[in-house]
Amino acid sequence: MTTLLFLEQTLNGLQQGVMLFLMAAGLTLVFGIMHLLNLAHGSLYMVGAYVCATVTQASGSFLIGLACALGASAATGMVIEVLAMRRLYNREHLDQVLATFGIILFFNELVKILWGPQALFLNPPDFLNGTIEVLPDTPYPTYRLFIIATGLVVALGLRHLILNTRVGMLIRAGATHREMVGALGVNIDWLYTIVFGLGAMLAGLAGALAGPMLAIQVGMGENILILTFVVIIVGGVGSIRGALVGALLVGLVDTYVRAFLPMGLREVLEPASADSIGAAISGMGIYILMAVVLLFKPNGLFQAYGDN
Amino acid sequence: MRVRIVQLITLLILFTLPFIAQWAGQPFWIDLTTRIVIYGIAAMSLDIILGYGGMVSLGHAMFLGIGAYSMGILTHHSFEGSVVPFLPGEWTGSTSGFVHLAASILASGLLGLVIGLLSLRTVGVYFIMITLAFAQMMFYFFIALPTYGGEDGLNVWSRSEIPGLDLSDSMTFYFVCLGLLCAFWFIARRLVDSRFGGVLRGCKQNEQRLKALGYNTIRYKLIAFTIAGAGAGLAGGLLANLTEFVGPGTMHWTKSGELIVMVLLGGMGTLIGPVLGSAALLLLEEILSGFTEHWMIVLGPILLLVVLFARRGIYGFLAGKEAKDG
Amino acid sequence: MANILKVTNLNKSFGALHATDNLSLEIEEGTIHGLIGPNGAGKTTAINQLSGELMPDRGTIEFDGQDVTHWPIFKRAQFGLQRSYQITSLFPDFTALDNVAIAIQATDGHSFRFWGKAREDKSLIDPAMDILRQVGLDHLAHRPVTDLAHGQQRQIELAMTLATKPKMLLLDEPMAGMGKTESHDMMEVLRPLKGNITILMVEHDMDVVFALADKISVLVRGHCIVTGTPDEIRTNADVRTAYLGEG
Repeated sequence: MTTLLFLEQTLNGLQQGVMLFLMAAGLTLVFGIMHLLNLAHGSLYMVGAYVCATVTQASGSFLIGLACALGASAATGMVIEVLAMRRLYNREHLDQVLATFGIILFFNELVKILWGPQALFLNPPDFLNGTIEVLPDTPYPTYRLFIIATGLVVALGLRHLILNTRVGMLIRAGATHREMVGALGVNIDWLYTIVFGLGAMLAGLAGALAGPMLAIQVGMGENILILTFVVIIVGGVGSIRGALVGALLVGLVDTYVRAFLPMGLREVLEPASADSIGAAISGMGIYILMAVVLLFKPNGLFQAYGDN
Repeated sequence: MRVRIVQLITLLILFTLPFIAQWAGQPFWIDLTTRIVIYGIAAMSLDIILGYGGMVSLGHAMFLGIGAYSMGILTHHSFEGSVVPFLPGEWTGSTSGFVHLAASILASGLLGLVIGLLSLRTVGVYFIMITLAFAQMMFYFFIALPTYGGEDGLNVWSRSEIPGLDLSDSMTFYFVCLGLLCAFWFIARRLVDSRFGGVLRGCKQNEQRLKALGYNTIRYKLIAFTIAGAGAGLAGGLLANLTEFVGPGTMHWTKSGELIVMVLLGGMGTLIGPVLGSAALLLLEEILSGFTEHWMIVLGPILLLVVLFARRGIYGFLAGKEAKDG
Repeated sequence: MANILKVTNLNKSFGALHATDNLSLEIEEGTIHGLIGPNGAGKTTAINQLSGELMPDRGTIEFDGQDVTHWPIFKRAQFGLQRSYQITSLFPDFTALDNVAIAIQATDGHSFRFWGKAREDKSLIDPAMDILRQVGLDHLAHRPVTDLAHGQQRQIELAMTLATKPKMLLLDEPMAGMGKTESHDMMEVLRPLKGNITILMVEHDMDVVFALADKISVLVRGHCIVTGTPDEIRTNADVRTAYLGEG
């Protein structure tokens, strides 16, 4: 029984980790290559979620919704890259923080105007709305398995893109030898716009996939953004591999602590106070993980770029 | 010279404004100005680490919140007559303003020490993300903690008690806040001009050189971080008094963002600048929200434009070149 | 005279690059010791390990009777091992005087003094002015360092290291980017230090090295191939191959 519960929670943790990976991959790519700390990455997640929910409801097809969400978030990302972000690449982090903070305020309010303050809800599409018995006697939601599979496919795809394609070669070269890539006749501005759009699309994908599991509301982007930061701190800035390992670690730790800490506390405390203390402390699990990583590896587990 | 004039005018305005408000029959102005002063203290404390020490903390509102909760929790227990659970002994809180002041400053300073110890191991973009993450941790902690109201927060049944002063009178309360602003300003002035302050400024400009000269820079940064936390805690205690309410919203990360905005808007690396920035942001909010409830859609792009085109801030604009070291 | 610095079998690799290869050095107290070698010989990497900015993979560094191999940079600096940088490294918002004063402050006990005004502190200002006079820049004391000419900034940097009253200086190309007159001025500042402060100097300008140094070590691919007096180095065949052979 406990083993099954543990395995089920492991799947939950993997699913959460995969979502975080989609967010962290884009953020870390943009930081690694353009040295931009983009707080508004969560806004692109929000755009993905809202567009997916709206189009799905209008068209009746989740897949069309998903496709539109990817397109909308990539397009939004590329537009803000051209209008604002590219002016920030050579600025201090402080400027980047402030400017992208301004962009968050703008998007949050824009979404409030377009969709209103109430949360939207979306059901998983019919073909994913069942359960599969991956573990004996433990039906597991198909939709969550779908998310895990999607994340793994994206991870492999990114790996292929960066290691084996021309764009990936330029990305790797652009990160270290900006002038050289420019001298090869590649328009570095466009390369950056594409990379930013790619990161935005991944965030949009995460948002769209999250739609059927959470309330779609203003501010959802910031909640996941901060978790993504924890992932990147744990994994190391600028490293896709770090993003993957960090995301899975954070997803698993968060899920385990939330599932098992209150249970453990109930063994030693009376139920009422065990539940309230458990609720307050279990949310801190990943931050404690972060603090521990900081103590031993201040630059994360897989550091790709030094910051000083 | 221009620096002195701008500082004097600022003080003059702050000292006369409540009287003008009273004369104009707009008591609401006093509350607004009190908020400006309180956030001014918080922004000034942030600028000690941000503008002088070069540490971009995106979690400063955490200290504001801890300061506020310190005051709120002590008042709460005092009214309930219940024992403060996380402290040794059988203390049932207090309503004394002096105790509140000490508690707000100590609690947030202590938290600053702990958070600083962990996050100052890193620099640059890591530091930004880590301070944000820890602040968010505290935010969620108080949301999930039912003892003090969780998400709904805690009502503060009365303002702090100081013998001889009636803080429930908004004018009196305002001048207490203003007095504390001036005191903090003076202390901060001495601090940044001292030997310690020299090292702190050096950390921002060229930390590697300081280490090569023999400074264990992390200790200096840690102390500055602690002092800044304590300053924000002081502001938090006052804020709890002003709103007679404490809630997790005070330490939401957008508040940390706003504090940074105040510093930049007013003038980074100066002390009075952040107070001007606090005035500018709160007034801007007030004015914009008079036009539309969706005022943030205007504020966001304004911030972007300020970053891209007006880096010197209001104080830099008013005081000219001298403002660099005000 | 005794050796003040003793480096034994120092090793440092960056991936496949073996930047420091079993480097051993002994430096006599009070001398000026030149460290030369072709480009990419690992001179700066060696200096960075001696100063504590880089930790060696293997080997030991002994300074003034202490094993400092694992000390952080600030601790070595406090103990009297100071360095300058190849690329001028100053406090750009400070005046020339402030730059030197903060260096003096580094050795004047701790700096956890929160109240007194540092700029009016005679115990910092007076010695800082003395040092500026020593390098001939006292007339520029109140100018922002960023206003100063390159050569003057280099001298300020040297003045800062001197202000800490070091036992030993690690100078990484003190003449970098200087014209003839400027390097001549710098030499006149360095020459009288001989006998008081031990100096290990990396320098490309051979005229300077041969004019100042008591001993010279030649570094090739991270390894010290020979140490000797300037005359010995001048006539050494290995040095010639190292320089001519590697261009």
